[in-house]
Amino acid sequence: MLRYIIRRILGVPFLLFGVASVAFLLSQSTKGDPLSALVPERMMNNPEIVSAVKAQWGLDQPLPVRYVIYMKNLVQGDMGTSFNTRRPVARDIADRLPATLELVTAAMIIGTTFGMGIGLLSARFRYSLFDNAARGFALLGSSLPIFWSGLIMLYIFSVQLKWTPGTGRLDARSTPPEHITGFYSIDSLLAGDWALLGQTLSHLALPAFVLGWSVVGIVARLVRSSLLEALSQDYVRTARAKGAPERVVLINHALRNALIPVLTVLGFTFAYLITGAVLTEAIFSWPGIGSYAVAAARSLDYPAIGGVTIVGATAFLLANLATDIAYAWANPRIKVSG
Amino acid sequence: MASTSPRARMRALSSGRALFGRLPLTGKIGVLILLFWAITVVSVQFWPLVDPLMMAGRRLQPPSGAHWLGTDALGRDVFSRTLHGAAYTIPVAVMVVVFAVVIGSALGAIAGYFGGWFDAVIMRTADVTLSFPPILLAMTVAAALGPGLPNAGLAMIIVWWPIYARLMRAQVLEVRTREHVEAAIAGGAGRGRVLVVHILPLCWTPTLINATMDFGQVALLAASLSFIGLGAVPPSPEWGSMISEGASKFYSWWIAFGPGMAILSVVLATSFLGDGLRDIFDRRGPQ
Repeated sequence: MLRYIIRRILGVPFLLFGVASVAFLLSQSTKGDPLSALVPERMMNNPEIVSAVKAQWGLDQPLPVRYVIYMKNLVQGDMGTSFNTRRPVARDIADRLPATLELVTAAMIIGTTFGMGIGLLSARFRYSLFDNAARGFALLGSSLPIFWSGLIMLYIFSVQLKWTPGTGRLDARSTPPEHITGFYSIDSLLAGDWALLGQTLSHLALPAFVLGWSVVGIVARLVRSSLLEALSQDYVRTARAKGAPERVVLINHALRNALIPVLTVLGFTFAYLITGAVLTEAIFSWPGIGSYAVAAARSLDYPAIGGVTIVGATAFLLANLATDIAYAWANPRIKVSG
Repeated sequence: MASTSPRARMRALSSGRALFGRLPLTGKIGVLILLFWAITVVSVQFWPLVDPLMMAGRRLQPPSGAHWLGTDALGRDVFSRTLHGAAYTIPVAVMVVVFAVVIGSALGAIAGYFGGWFDAVIMRTADVTLSFPPILLAMTVAAALGPGLPNAGLAMIIVWWPIYARLMRAQVLEVRTREHVEAAIAGGAGRGRVLVVHILPLCWTPTLINATMDFGQVALLAASLSFIGLGAVPPSPEWGSMISEGASKFYSWWIAFGPGMAILSVVLATSFLGDGLRDIFDRRGPQ
């Protein structure tokens, strides 16, 4: 098993290399001059900038040389300059990443809490009305187009009911807390600013719920099936025979063993949420890398799209790696060959 | 495992009516919804609907008897646009699934059966492709190709083929060790013949079930790309771009309502149908 884990970890750099190569090839296959993918239109008239960029990215060199230069720049953290913001893409992403991570983390907490609760109750009251309704709720979450459900929820809860504030991370006139972790919730807590914490959480609630809802089904389905399996085991029968109340059997005996496979799905859930975050951020004007990518795609800002894609793929790969390792660790019986 | 003969299962698949009868209620509903959209796609232009591209009434009117789903920012009828939208999203999703299945399965089958360097190249390419979050890869490819529904379709084929390559490769690896394959080889059948005649017919079930379930997800991604602005170009009544228009006219909720429900119905229908088919054909993993 250790060999399997080591082999998986060793594979990651190769996959990242492949990801970066694909990003390079795509940036080269854009229609027209690759220079136009690196220099904003307004700077095209400035020969100094044009020649500097040409030298930096080796645009007068043949493709293989350009490839080496691209990789060298990438390793040094240089992903080019965004057309939209006219700032280095790496800086833009670094500034915006905490917002995305805060949203995804909150969504993951909501998704797993609801998913585990629903899965637990569904297994306990199998085939009951609750079981069916809960499974319907979970199925709806994974079938709704997130860019539409976000819009509808925003309309219901923000416009009609006025329970939640509008879009963005904070009210328009508020200033963000001092940057420590980049998570506004944690930073405002550390600053002891309760009003700001409340505001942060109220802004976070709706997008996090919309995004989290999309993974409730995955978690609930897994908890339900692994709990049902655990409940059919001998040790559960023994516990019941000894007169343990159903609640104790469910929580102390079955759930503890059923949780192991659930842990393994968290990495997968995280990877799924990265995808959903792109669209959620676009609807909620959430200033993370997802809305950055959407704005970049709309204006064909290739360096920015490429940068977000590489960062997103890295996160996706690491999350999948964590899933596989957790799975191998939790199920020593799985075949690790092949 | 394969207690009923695979041939009998294939026959069951071909007799659609018997199959429909064995689907659970949700699966039947799924079939009816998909049938409705299929009929809409081919015949919507003959329906007595107002022109989806022309102004049909006053701007931004809420739903009423004249305009069942209201009118959008340009005074176009949202109900008519939603039904016409099927002719954009659904054919693209069908094309993407068909091409992804055919290309992915062919590559996966050859990789699994012949092995060697071809296998290594194909499967490593698949690994790299699957390392991207799907929407980001689709966005990058679509942006590189330029906006437009055909380009978005091509981007989605690139995203989806590796799933089928992996699936088919695993199936072929399993089936090639069965006795009837060994018998065929012993009987002197050529390698190509063994693959096509003796192995592939037994490998389709998981692929078909997966393709059914994926169809809704493909439609969803197509709409997502249009929502972002990389798929259908205005003024096409594509569902994703209609929702995008609705998002910019936020207080007129009805603009996005029709297309959103349409996408939801397609995704739900395919997952109902896929679940039903899996229960019938794949006895190994009943939920």
